[in-house]
Amino acid sequence: MIPEILTFGDKGFGDELFRGTQFTLLIAASAYVIGICIGLIGASAKLYGGALSRGSAATYTTIIRSVPEVVLILLLYFAGTRGINTLLGFVGLGPIEVNGTLAAIVVLGVVQGAYHTEVFRAAIQAVPIGQIEAGKAFGMGGMQIFRRVTGPAMLPNAIPGMSNLWLIVIKDTALVAVVGNYELLSTTASAAAFTKRYMLFFLTTALIYLSITLVSNYFIGLLESRYRRGQTRLA
Amino acid sequence: MNWTWFPEYFPLLLQGLWLTIQLLVLSMIFGMTIAVPVGLVQVTGPKWLAAIAKGYCTVMRGTPLLVQLWLLYFGLGSVFSAYPEIRQSMFWPILREGYFYAVLAFTLNTGGYSGEIMRGGFLSVPKGELEAARAYGMSPWKVLHRIWFPRAVRNVLPTLANETVLLLKATPLAATVTVLDIFGVILRVRQNTYITYEPLITAALIYMALTFLITRAFNYVEGLVPSRR
Repeated sequence: MIPEILTFGDKGFGDELFRGTQFTLLIAASAYVIGICIGLIGASAKLYGGALSRGSAATYTTIIRSVPEVVLILLLYFAGTRGINTLLGFVGLGPIEVNGTLAAIVVLGVVQGAYHTEVFRAAIQAVPIGQIEAGKAFGMGGMQIFRRVTGPAMLPNAIPGMSNLWLIVIKDTALVAVVGNYELLSTTASAAAFTKRYMLFFLTTALIYLSITLVSNYFIGLLESRYRRGQTRLA
Repeated sequence: MNWTWFPEYFPLLLQGLWLTIQLLVLSMIFGMTIAVPVGLVQVTGPKWLAAIAKGYCTVMRGTPLLVQLWLLYFGLGSVFSAYPEIRQSMFWPILREGYFYAVLAFTLNTGGYSGEIMRGGFLSVPKGELEAARAYGMSPWKVLHRIWFPRAVRNVLPTLANETVLLLKATPLAATVTVLDIFGVILRVRQNTYITYEPLITAALIYMALTFLITRAFNYVEGLVPSRR
């Protein structure tokens, strides 16, 4: 039923596509985690920071969100490579070849961070201020309030935005194919060019992406209902 | 900073800008003509038609645009070129161009996203207004084009503005199928002169300016239609 060209082993490209899918998931998941970290920092800079940190956070999100991802990927990819090599030059080490996968993770993470910043900012702002004040009244410190009050209370507000961003980062990994890599779309493109079976390979890849999205959607649904437990439903 | 390339490539950049705007405007117009029926049938249509529309949106929103573009350009393109009847037909000069596939892919893609937006828009119109229109004896078609559609579009205008910006940010993908839009020109500069940063920064600035203009334009249109909230 499956054409031989898609099977695993020497004759087919099944194992290559599988490896590409693994790389795609790896890039997406790591970039997502980096994005969440940057997002938390960015959101606290925007909400609680002084003029300088608020200004830089605003500049960061404005630029990242209005420049196309492909342009950012190329820009950060080359700028990052040169930056690292300049740094290495200062400490007296020769230039290194930056690992494409790592670069992709960092770049997509920086892009994701801008969107996460906005998601978290809105989510934190939606937490009733009285709850945070109550935490302060109990004598909690900043970190403690975040861990015990703001964090758990903002999560249900943040989850829809965060799930959107997960779906976006999966699709954005495809853009890494523009600089060449081992992720799914690059693998597909070379397999298709090699065998001239363009239709077959791109359709297969579209199906793989679609199933990742659909499976993610299923789990997002579960996650959301778990974190919304105990919240009163709106009519 | 090395800007020596700029004067030489300036005319090409202007052409690229024009191509980017064309890609954006054409795909948005064609995309909306898909989106309106796709949104509408999901709200009022027969079940099977709603299911097809839903499936279309899911596929378009569940796969990367670059995969869709390459599937059409390389996949469909290679199928087309296998048939001499198509290669000798009068449409071949169009079907040969990356431009055609870019507009096609962007149209189908934004049709899926905007279809979902329009579904929300049609749902957001208060039932009483539609009932009032029907009570005046308007035919279903008249209800749609006098009340339902204008109200729905007004409600989702901010979301459509977002989608337009997202579409603008997707247009540079056309450069991967040989279209010389802004990004295509920038890639060519990089290829010919080995200068990397300045051209890319130029592209980033142009896209930021376009984003700003789109946001302002939508704000202006929103201001034209008074709404009480």
